[in-house]
Amino acid sequence: MTNVTRSRPLSPHLQIYKPIPTMIMSIMHRITGGALYFGTVLVAWWLIAAASGAAYYDWVNWLFGTFIGKVVLFGYTWALVHHLLGGIRHLAWDLGYGYEKHFATRMAKAMIVASATLTLVIWVVGYLAR
Amino acid sequence: MNMRTPLGKVRGLGSAKEGTDHFWRQRLTAVASIPLTIFFVVFLAHYAGAPHAELIAALSNPFVAVTMGLMVVAGLVHMKIGMQVIIEDYVHAEGAKIALLMLNTFFTIAVGGLCLFAVLKIAFAG
Repeated sequence: MTNVTRSRPLSPHLQIYKPIPTMIMSIMHRITGGALYFGTVLVAWWLIAAASGAAYYDWVNWLFGTFIGKVVLFGYTWALVHHLLGGIRHLAWDLGYGYEKHFATRMAKAMIVASATLTLVIWVVGYLAR
Repeated sequence: MNMRTPLGKVRGLGSAKEGTDHFWRQRLTAVASIPLTIFFVVFLAHYAGAPHAELIAALSNPFVAVTMGLMVVAGLVHMKIGMQVIIEDYVHAEGAKIALLMLNTFFTIAVGGLCLFAVLKIAFAG
């Protein structure tokens, strides 16, 4: 039984295909989704810190405020925005729109620009509106 | 030749006995997450680094507390069933797969418990 399964021919996998924008964005969608999964630990940590009182919160706040902390926070929000935009693209596909290949490629390319720009705008506006 | 029973056809649940439940829940939580995520990212960018009292005041607002709670629930359900698909795609050894699927559920519930406890404690007790 195992031998029969093992000697079956396999279909070619990722490394044989030329990377194209729609493929890269599909992979990015899964990677950002997986990263956001573990990013929820940061959200829980932040909320628990806030609920635990000022002393512990101030320490966590300081940690998130360090250079590495800021990079992680920016990366986390970028992943959220990227996955959000990718998700909206998926919902459009679910409704039957956006399958034309040149359009789909343009949308895939626009994703990376849009997610980076939007994240920057959100942080700049969020920072200025304090 | 169709071997499915009339009852099976009517129920339309397929071999996994779940029908389109997974697909539908993924879409439902995705749509719910659009406004909730926008709220969350803006909230985070605004309150990251804020003094304790300021954040507590913001989270004590009933609308903010409820929206935050809903964001946590919709996000966690979405990510839990998403991770389930990733595990099913890449982990083929039966034991490891079942162990990871269980861990996935435990992780989700643990994170959800912590987040919701914090949101409620801040909202009710400050």
